[in-house]
Amino acid sequence: MEITTRSLWTLIHGMGFGALYLMACSGALVELCRRYVPRSAAPVGPGDERFLTVYLSLMAVLAWLAVLTGAYVIYPWYRATPPIGTANLAAFPQALLLSSPSTARWHSLGMEWKEHVAWFAPISITMAAAIFARYGRAIRHHPQLRNAILGFVVVSFAAAGIAGVFGAMLNKNAPVEGGPTLHLSSGE
Amino acid sequence: MTQETPVPATLSNGSGAAAILAAGLGCFTLGLLAVAADKSVAIKHFMIFSKPTGALSGVTTSAIALWLLSWSLLNWRWQARTVALGRVNASAFALLALGLLLTFPPFADLF
Repeated sequence: MEITTRSLWTLIHGMGFGALYLMACSGALVELCRRYVPRSAAPVGPGDERFLTVYLSLMAVLAWLAVLTGAYVIYPWYRATPPIGTANLAAFPQALLLSSPSTARWHSLGMEWKEHVAWFAPISITMAAAIFARYGRAIRHHPQLRNAILGFVVVSFAAAGIAGVFGAMLNKNAPVEGGPTLHLSSGE
Repeated sequence: MTQETPVPATLSNGSGAAAILAAGLGCFTLGLLAVAADKSVAIKHFMIFSKPTGALSGVTTSAIALWLLSWSLLNWRWQARTVALGRVNASAFALLALGLLLTFPPFADLF
């Protein structure tokens, strides 16, 4: 069993940071709704607020790690230009996708959208974490702030979802492969 | 048995409003710069901060810098004030929606 370093980085970016962020995002949405819907009877203590602040801050770290590894580690491998006359484009995912009309839209729609919209997630969740850190329990006095946070967290969830879906489909159609191979396990 | 501690005295909404409006502005700037770099060769070259990543590096770095700068400035102006949050939220979500639209390639291709 072996894996290339580029595949490993793609796995870390997509599954380690991206998918974990999406799961955390759904948890944050449930928690925000549970706490602050008008009919909620659950008391919110200082420990609860601290927990949510730490939770949102960790989500912000995950989101930044996801976009930074995507843009500065994997994207350069994805968009690398093949030397003139290269027949096998397997090591050049963007060129491989654009070489066929049946796959070109995965790049021109999927990657073009994903590479920009993904950044909405860290911006939105950093804002949410910062407001929770600043206001703490006093946020219960600011329903409009809470509504705005909820809206931005929904958008960050959607942005990360778009990036995740297209990332998975792009990697399915033109995987980022190459680099040294890591041997994980020997055959029997 | 746990005792409920008192909720801290209410802070003004200015700091929160500054963070929300700046986030909307940051997302809009990102969308706008993405379209600008796609449509203009000069802007595209100007946005190449890191050659391996290409124009994406400049588009995102510039948008993040503008987001953080606007957040600092708005927070400095509003932190002790109570602002009309309804209008701030509406502006922030309008900017966010425009930013989302601008990142969507079929919409960006209209320009």
